[in-house]
Amino acid sequence: MAKHIQTIVKANLSSTAKTGGCGKCQTSCQSACKTSCTVGNQVCVK
Amino acid sequence: MLNLVYFKDYSIKKNVHSYRQGDLFIAHDVNSGSLHVLDEGAYDVIKAIEKLQEMLETVTTEGICQILRQAGKTVIAEELSEILDELEELRKEGTLFSAEAENVLPMYPEKPIVKAICLHVAHDCNLRCEYCFAGTGAFGGSRTMMDVETGKKGIDFVIESSGHRDHCEVDFFGGEPLLNFGLIKSLVEYGRKAGKAHGKTIKFTLTTNGVLLNDRIQEFLEQEEISVVLSLDGRPEVHDRMRPYADGRGSYAKVTPLIKQFAAKRPESSPYAQGTYYYVRGTYTHFNLDFDRDVLHMADLGIKQISVEPVVASPKDAYAFQEGDLEKIHEAYDRLGEELLLRRAQDRDFNFFHFNIALDQGPCMIKRLSGCGAGHEYVAISPEGDLYPCHQFVGQEAYKLGSLYDENPHQLKDEVVKSFRSAHVYSKPLCRECWARFACSGGCHAANVSFTQSLTDVYTLGCELQKKRLEVAFYIKIKEIQQDLM
Repeated sequence: MAKHIQTIVKANLSSTAKTGGCGKCQTSCQSACKTSCTVGNQVCVK
Repeated sequence: MLNLVYFKDYSIKKNVHSYRQGDLFIAHDVNSGSLHVLDEGAYDVIKAIEKLQEMLETVTTEGICQILRQAGKTVIAEELSEILDELEELRKEGTLFSAEAENVLPMYPEKPIVKAICLHVAHDCNLRCEYCFAGTGAFGGSRTMMDVETGKKGIDFVIESSGHRDHCEVDFFGGEPLLNFGLIKSLVEYGRKAGKAHGKTIKFTLTTNGVLLNDRIQEFLEQEEISVVLSLDGRPEVHDRMRPYADGRGSYAKVTPLIKQFAAKRPESSPYAQGTYYYVRGTYTHFNLDFDRDVLHMADLGIKQISVEPVVASPKDAYAFQEGDLEKIHEAYDRLGEELLLRRAQDRDFNFFHFNIALDQGPCMIKRLSGCGAGHEYVAISPEGDLYPCHQFVGQEAYKLGSLYDENPHQLKDEVVKSFRSAHVYSKPLCRECWARFACSGGCHAANVSFTQSLTDVYTLGCELQKKRLEVAFYIKIKEIQQDLM
């Protein structure tokens, strides 16, 4: 067990540059008038 | 021992965001999306490496020690060695100091696949909100309603343009869309039939100010499983100042009971806006920099899904943010984060949209690079049937993509499509170097254009707010996971 660093979330986002892009996800909106469904606040539907 | 030679070509500032939030030291690894909690010693070491890079110095153990001593820290050799070992382990694992993602750009078919439309069914409104980007509903034109022919053509358009995608999205927008409720009813019925005939499911959403949200309309929205975004700014005096009727009366007293009533019908609404959901959203301005109190006011009303967003305004507007506001806004997000955690611990839970972050279940890199899809996956349709990249661009001739009444409405104006497709994260100089690039996807095209007149230069105040929200969102995520582990 590490003494100085605790990993909370282990992810591998970079790898999805090759595996992602199916386009099935909900359309997002970055503007302030439609709940700002910013991409970072979405989930992948795959 | 951490391989320090690695840092010759690796920028920490760009790829690892380490910061202090509440009682935690946090490191977010940008490329992997991983999240770590550090002790103060590990945090200081990462910051020391970052500082050496800023000073254009070679990263060495001696250099790290020197920076630490200059900051008044006591360097204990054994502890430093342990930290460097742990950092190396994470580096090798690929969860810290991970390699930059390969510059894979989003690939699009030549002909745009439009899977979502925003139908402007009413260019008129029963309110006169001060900050309205839509010119109080008319979008700079005349106050008009969409007719049924245009609405049906819009539905046909998205069904045909969505190609092999089996899900389409139709958002009823305005102005105030419920001023044209008859059309909405007709189009939902038409859309369900047309979708079925083409093997597609249409997901409908509605954005409303709530004034006309009577029992009959609520029942319809429930029956048809239409997701709804409702506008409420928070405390009565805050809401009424910005969201009056045409005669100047505030609208809080009218809309609040209706919004509460509707929200109560959907207790299981998804915080990630999935399925049939509701969100109550507000806008904060220079006038309510303590907007955390507005969020809590809504939570106290029993509303569980809340989003309150910063206004995007011209500097000449009295409600626009001013120099010096940023610190107060940051403090409000900090307070809100702590209060949200407190209430969750007391089973008085609510969700604040910008603090929801899925991390390991979030969107893929391609989606994060491409952003909202305005202008090629998503278009807005004016009451006259004109097509624009999104609702924010409606009425701006330079961005018009075409018309439903063109001989071939699917032939969208190529130069506009191309300009939006190419406005991805890597095309924006400031985003390329920003640690938040994969979470914010380059911001809102309309806000960027409004402030910089360019799709690839960004609205920097928006960047600062986005980064702060992310910092608090990561903090909340960590606290929750730690709580679960206890």
